[in-house]
Amino acid sequence: MADLTSNFIGIKSPNPFWLASAPPTDKKYNVERAYEAGWGGVVWKTLGAEGPPIVNVSGPRYGAIFGADRRLLGLNNIELITDRPLEINLREIKEVKRKWRDRALVISLMVPCEEEHWKAILSQIEDTEADGVELNFGCPHGMAERGMGSAVGQVPEYIEMVTRWVKQYSRMPCIVKLTPNITSILPPAMAAHRGGADAVSLINTIKSITNVDLDNFSPFPMIDGQGSHGGYCGPAVKPIALNMVGEIARFPETRGMPISGIGGVTTWRDAAEFLAMGAGNVQVCTAAMTYGFKVVQEMISGLSAYLDEKEMTLDQLVGRAVPNFVEWQNLNLNYVTKAHINQDDCIKCGRCYAACEDTSHQAIAMGPGRVFTVKDEECVACNLCVNVCPVEDCITMVPMAKGTLDPRTGRNVGDYADWTTHPNNPMSSAAAE
Amino acid sequence: MPNSPLTPGIVPARLSRDAIARNFSDHEPPFDQHEARVAADRCYFCHDAPCMTACPTEIDIPLFIRQIATGTPEAAAKTIWSQNILGGICARVCPTETLCEEVCVRETAEGKPVEIGRLQRYATDIAMEKGHPFTRAPATGKRVAVVGAGPAGLACAHRLAMKGHEVTVYERRAKAGGLNEYGIASYKATGGFAAREVEWLLSIGGISLQLGAALGRDITLDQLRADYDAVFLGIGLQGVNALRAEGEDKQGVANAVDFIAELRQSPDLMGLAVGRDVVVVGGGMTAVDAAVQAKLLGAENVTIVYRRGQEKMSASTHEQEHAVQAGVRIIHNAAPLRVLGNGRIEGVEFAYTQDGPDGLVLLPETFQLKADQLFKAIGQTLTGAPEAAEQKGGKISGLPAKVWAGGDCAAGGEDLTVTAVAEGRDAAEAIHGQLAAQ
Repeated sequence: MADLTSNFIGIKSPNPFWLASAPPTDKKYNVERAYEAGWGGVVWKTLGAEGPPIVNVSGPRYGAIFGADRRLLGLNNIELITDRPLEINLREIKEVKRKWRDRALVISLMVPCEEEHWKAILSQIEDTEADGVELNFGCPHGMAERGMGSAVGQVPEYIEMVTRWVKQYSRMPCIVKLTPNITSILPPAMAAHRGGADAVSLINTIKSITNVDLDNFSPFPMIDGQGSHGGYCGPAVKPIALNMVGEIARFPETRGMPISGIGGVTTWRDAAEFLAMGAGNVQVCTAAMTYGFKVVQEMISGLSAYLDEKEMTLDQLVGRAVPNFVEWQNLNLNYVTKAHINQDDCIKCGRCYAACEDTSHQAIAMGPGRVFTVKDEECVACNLCVNVCPVEDCITMVPMAKGTLDPRTGRNVGDYADWTTHPNNPMSSAAAE
Repeated sequence: MPNSPLTPGIVPARLSRDAIARNFSDHEPPFDQHEARVAADRCYFCHDAPCMTACPTEIDIPLFIRQIATGTPEAAAKTIWSQNILGGICARVCPTETLCEEVCVRETAEGKPVEIGRLQRYATDIAMEKGHPFTRAPATGKRVAVVGAGPAGLACAHRLAMKGHEVTVYERRAKAGGLNEYGIASYKATGGFAAREVEWLLSIGGISLQLGAALGRDITLDQLRADYDAVFLGIGLQGVNALRAEGEDKQGVANAVDFIAELRQSPDLMGLAVGRDVVVVGGGMTAVDAAVQAKLLGAENVTIVYRRGQEKMSASTHEQEHAVQAGVRIIHNAAPLRVLGNGRIEGVEFAYTQDGPDGLVLLPETFQLKADQLFKAIGQTLTGAPEAAEQKGGKISGLPAKVWAGGDCAAGGEDLTVTAVAEGRDAAEAIHGQLAAQ
């Protein structure tokens, strides 16, 4: 068993799997159940300023997107920050932390964008012995209308300003949680960096409407015939999160800043992918909400087995894919592959044929007896057939050896060459010479 | 003392009323909405789908399954019915394991096909409750006679009515439906489904039903040809092959089809008598249906004896397994020599057989089975076909002008309900084409 012990910005946990700030971490009862199940850490559900607690709707708070067999692929929520009194949360946090010394416990915070509010809350939480704070600059619904959450995360200057206050009034490690509801993730990340954040965590949820009720003509979740946008999360958002994590990990100004990866982590494999893209740990919510806290056990065993198989430590995995995350213009245009259909594995459904014939390059032939074969002279290696094939690895992309003739272009496969030097590129460096 | 499975002779009420009711309930209960969605999700929506090709009526199976998956079972049913107006009964009785489901790519991939038959039942059951979905084209003034209200005749009549023709269906029996009503196992079409489906089919209008009218007795082909613009013959196979074993005329020997028909029409199965030791000779669906139902009525021992090997049985493997599960014993490679007993059957003597290059050979080794009831299920034959019909291989192969034929009586295709529907429908299209050209 590989050692999964994690040290994220000085916060130690037995594994890199934390529960994200969300309904599962709203109170002592849930958090203790999570620790019992094996979670390495939790980010306590966002606390607000002292005073009357916020109010949640009493109608549906979630909407969902499903795959086959009602597998939950995407979850949308309109729940706000904790609606329990601050003092109860603080008391419970202290109790839990004292009882579970080996686990990470970070407190998520969201108070109005004024210095005294942040100063006050930081002094109130100091005494909880929590391991750190996470600044919720991400929630896109409800609180954003009140100038908090993503309303702050969308303005880099605010991010920098608040982060400075936090670092000024607290000695706790500070994680800035970023919203994906922006054009580029880099300015907010750079702002957090400038403000002195110890790490960023991302992504928070994405503004969304999961569906429209076609009888009542209202977005869903529907509250008394009306709906508001929610925050989208779950497996469906993983690709968006991976890209944003990778962008921060490779960008010169933010490179090396610790990242807590969030967004659709459902299995050990998802977690490993986030780590390889530069995340130092991961935070999970939807998978736990869908399957219960026990899912972490599969994540632990899976990641551990993977590291053993690769003879790698956790630290060696972190960021391993970042150098290979490049701009399109740097991709090798002389890399040629062709789809290949393994006839032994083919179940003859013809989906590859329909996809290629109707929507792509007419590069798959359908022969007698429903035998499907690739026409190399037409195949541009788009990979659509691989993606629509129901049998994993039945269709593969086989690279052509250097020097062999590509029957589609009539040219031999050459050495590495990318768009920057391509003759068709008016800006090409070769053309400029 | 009440009767039990051990009571000798052919007697009724061998089991309790509850047990009989349980035995003859729906043997494959319908999907509920959740089960249907889960089953429908498994369909890959194949290109030029093999299931569709394997279906004799060429139902667009991927489309109707997708319509179920997206919550529109009524649209799914219309997709089914536009190809197969008897899609409801076919969903229940089709040997899907040798048709659509056999070629399902999921069967290739994981040995578990998409449950097409049950999905078809789900859609048609829901939509049948909502009435009849088709309307008739403007009246053409053409009149067509259909002989036989079985699957072929009904499918033909419906399609003709849809096209605006006036149809009269002549049926020799007291009820319409043919084998759907008289010839399939009771637990495959519970709740009077066959009769309900006929009523639903006829509700399109333009079809009049003449029951108790037999061809050659009450009506003749010549007269029909004179009176109508076209005639369709869907008279099925009304004869039963003889056992050709000594003592076949003894009491207790009956045709399996008659037993099945009697069972189907019985108002109270507690009143239906069955033997203690029942032997069924044959290897097709009729043999299985008779044997399983004899067992379900409470016979102690039921044995199917088939003269060739298991692989030659025309009952599908699924059907055979169903019989074995019900407690029926199947003996292969044995042929009946004589029916034993004095006036009433007491047993049957069989010879073992060997299937070789020169055909079936009876071996000298014999054995006897105790029997107080024997059902013959060794195939049905064409009888009552009009003289004007040419015959080849025991089927109608040629017909005079203005006359079409389809279903079990006609050459081509397997003797299946679904094949009969396809042939009836196609004949209707051909008739319509010819009438429209006039």
